[in-house]
Amino acid sequence: MTPDTTLHLTDYLFYFFALLAVFSGGVVVFSRNIVHSAFALMFTLFAVAGLYVLLNADFLAVTQILVYVGGILVLILFGVMLTNKIVDVQIKAGSIHVLPASIITAVIAGTLCGVFTLTDWFVVPGADASAVKTTAPHIGEALITNYVLPFEVASVVLLVAMLGAAMIARRERKK
Amino acid sequence: MNIIEPLVKIALILLINLTTVAYLVYTERRVSAFIQNRVGPNRVGPMGLLQPVADIVKLFFKEDIVPTAANKFVHSLAPLISLIVALSTFAVIPFGNTIHLFGRDIKLMIADVNVGLLYLLALSSLGVYGITLSGWSSNNKYSLLGGLRSSAQMISYELSMGLSIIGVLMIAGSLQLDKIVVHQGNYLGGFLPAWNIFLQPLGFITFVVAYFAETNRLPFDLPEAEPELVGGYHTEYSGMKFGLFFLAEYANMITASAVITTLYLGGWQFPFIENFGFSPLAVSLLQVAAFGVKVALVLLFFIIVRWTIPRFRYDQLMNLGWKVMLPLAVLNIIITGFFILV
Amino acid sequence: MLTDFGRILIFLLIGVIFTAGGLIASWLLRPRRPYPEKLSTYECGEEPVGGSWVRLNVRFYVVALIFLIFDVEVVVLFPWAVVFKNSGMLAFLEMAVFLAILAVGFVYVWVKGDLDWDKPSPRLPVYVKGKGIISEEMERTEEKEYVSV
Repeated sequence: MTPDTTLHLTDYLFYFFALLAVFSGGVVVFSRNIVHSAFALMFTLFAVAGLYVLLNADFLAVTQILVYVGGILVLILFGVMLTNKIVDVQIKAGSIHVLPASIITAVIAGTLCGVFTLTDWFVVPGADASAVKTTAPHIGEALITNYVLPFEVASVVLLVAMLGAAMIARRERKK
Repeated sequence: MNIIEPLVKIALILLINLTTVAYLVYTERRVSAFIQNRVGPNRVGPMGLLQPVADIVKLFFKEDIVPTAANKFVHSLAPLISLIVALSTFAVIPFGNTIHLFGRDIKLMIADVNVGLLYLLALSSLGVYGITLSGWSSNNKYSLLGGLRSSAQMISYELSMGLSIIGVLMIAGSLQLDKIVVHQGNYLGGFLPAWNIFLQPLGFITFVVAYFAETNRLPFDLPEAEPELVGGYHTEYSGMKFGLFFLAEYANMITASAVITTLYLGGWQFPFIENFGFSPLAVSLLQVAAFGVKVALVLLFFIIVRWTIPRFRYDQLMNLGWKVMLPLAVLNIIITGFFILV
Repeated sequence: MLTDFGRILIFLLIGVIFTAGGLIASWLLRPRRPYPEKLSTYECGEEPVGGSWVRLNVRFYVVALIFLIFDVEVVVLFPWAVVFKNSGMLAFLEMAVFLAILAVGFVYVWVKGDLDWDKPSPRLPVYVKGKGIISEEMERTEEKEYVSV
């Protein structure tokens, strides 16, 4: 196994996943049928998970599937299915607030591009990415040493999110 | 990367898996008949052993009826998703120790992923899709209700599943399934195999109950509770698409048994085999056999439970999931942590 | 690591080919004799009443929301559990605090009844001495008779 050929294979895979992500992302945004949007989102999330795998971020990749595909998308599907009149599948997914939206998009895109160009990408010559065994223990290590505070704050954030969710849903139910 | 070896393993696993599915259906029918004092299928072939073949051939020749009101694309996609998710869990299950064959070491699992345990959990969380989408796309009231019920049920129990697994993880200290099994090869006090079922009985119970709910088997088969929902999410399915759902249900059962065996029953470990003085090859083969026997026993347990226990009511099911299983699973983590510290 | 995920990809592809192959084979073999009644939605032999894509109980949504939060919690617990054995008391306490904070939310949701599933409260038939078993339906028919008489 020469390093050259593996490079090619992973390159192809990278472009495949990247194209899949961009294309399905486009479908999410431009499809007028909300169910198709939700479907396309599934492919986007999978493609991003694939990209994570290519980056050797195994834990992140599986977490991506577990939380986003197995959790958030289910929530979205519930939302879609609980909404009235999906039958005419023409649930509107049109464009509103074009001006503010484009401004925000431009700002975010600009920031991203800025970060992208300003970051000092360095490539360690001859580094073998597959030498990295697994990321999970490192993440665990970091969580209980350097990042204890963010870790505990995260639980507070989750708590607030849960209370908020329960609150909103309860008001909905009283109606 | 040697491509032949994984391909052979994949082909073998799929083949064995699907044959087991076919005969699992047969076994379930025979066992249920036995439990209910009936005979069961016994006409096709000796003792009815060719019944599964007849069933499969029949499914191929059945007309496929898609209701006019259905969303056709999603309707055909849903069974595919169901079966693929059910099968692909098997990619990370170790079904034997590394075996030395034809002058090389062969690992008896398809992919030894570093995050195998999370992969299992992630895939079981995808199981919701096949059912929800089939229920929704059929545009039938029973299907939709069945699909929704089942997805709410599955996500509720998935939490207890994930939390129970953490106990195993704390003991093994690795997300790799292979390492978890190797870790269960020790002995407690010299005589009891260090299987996780003995190390954490509470976690085992919550995990098994949660997995029963995940596979939608009785007493958790609310999604297709016949008396109230006709066929549940697959009411509007016929022919091969129905067949795929059927296969998926049983494939899920096999996956569940394999996972339970791997995580809690010592996987391919054959207790005390090192004392018998077999050749390494014989040991490896016996370990594979041990794995097979354990899985078969868990499957039998699944079947017997199905034909013995009545179904829950939906509010009871949700109560059990959120108010009993979830706290118990968290309690298990705390107990495990406490014991590891002491 | 890549090759292991690569194998999973191969497994998935073979799985897709296999299942799709099954569907295609049956598509070639099976008969097609559709007629409108056969293709109508099944509703126990009745004409289907209305569509089925209606607004459903918001309960399901609440469950999914709470699930999502706990799901994230479980995911965070995983890397912690991997390193727990070698980290000792401090790690245990950190996790205890983490769980305790979330437990507050769980208790809140529980007490406020967000975890309770709405269930119908049917009036069960009761036995009244001298009148026999009285069920709701019977009362209704009795009332009707009273009105009509």
